[in-house]
Amino acid sequence: MVQSPQARLDDSFAALSDATRRGVLEQLGRSDASITQLADKFHMTLTGMKKHVGVLEEAGLVTTEKVGRVRTCKLGPRRLEEETAWLEKYRQLWDARFDELEKIVDELKRKERFDGSD
Amino acid sequence: MEATRESEPTPMKNRTKVERKSERELVVTRTFDGPARLVFEAWTRAELFKQWWVPKSMGMSLLSCEMDVRVGGGYRLVFDLGDSKSMAFFGRYLEVAPHSRLVWTNDEGGDDGPVTTVTFEEKAGKTLLVMHELHPSKEALDAAGTGAAEAMVETFGQLDELLVALGTSMGRP
Repeated sequence: MVQSPQARLDDSFAALSDATRRGVLEQLGRSDASITQLADKFHMTLTGMKKHVGVLEEAGLVTTEKVGRVRTCKLGPRRLEEETAWLEKYRQLWDARFDELEKIVDELKRKERFDGSD
Repeated sequence: MEATRESEPTPMKNRTKVERKSERELVVTRTFDGPARLVFEAWTRAELFKQWWVPKSMGMSLLSCEMDVRVGGGYRLVFDLGDSKSMAFFGRYLEVAPHSRLVWTNDEGGDDGPVTTVTFEEKAGKTLLVMHELHPSKEALDAAGTGAAEAMVETFGQLDELLVALGTSMGRP
């Protein structure tokens, strides 16, 4: 069975609800890292970090590959895009709205300055 | 010689932040260059509100906008969707604290609507605006988000190119 887009989003959001996991994604956005490096970076035990990476992997946000004794983690690109697409579109709407709101606020400020000479 | 470089305005990208704080919460923030009472005014006076709530890029327009901004008072926005179709959004105000806080319900979807809280925090003549949406369930927020995203696909033709850049934007703090 192919997972529905909705179910995939659910997994992604669950994975992203944790601050450490969001941090891990940010970190992996900069460069790939081993579980050990991530554990050090976030001051966690290897077991703790393995669990976090497991959740991210389950959600398809991260992929891992074991070479020798080192498991390297990297971003899983496709689902990350879907996840951010949703929020980015929402952000676009608010950005457009707030650009207009900014103009109104500027206008109100100008009016006030003009009227404020009493 | 790079004479042109200095005169180029610095584009202020991504001034509006959107964050999913939890399964049920979405938070939008932006800072405005003006005192809180003016930003508040633009949210609470219908004649000002309707000038910015529906930006041109949405490809829609407002047929009407009524706001009775007081605790228990209602609001009603009617969008023109074209082809003589329209859509109404309505709810009521739960809290109205002048120049600092507004809370309202979104009742068009029955019990599944979020409660929206907007706070206006002034500092040195600027106002930090935080809009917080609390949805009744995770599913409601997912649906709202997906719905909004789909609506945007229809109205924001140029958004496609944005998607290309998305993979990289996530990696930045």
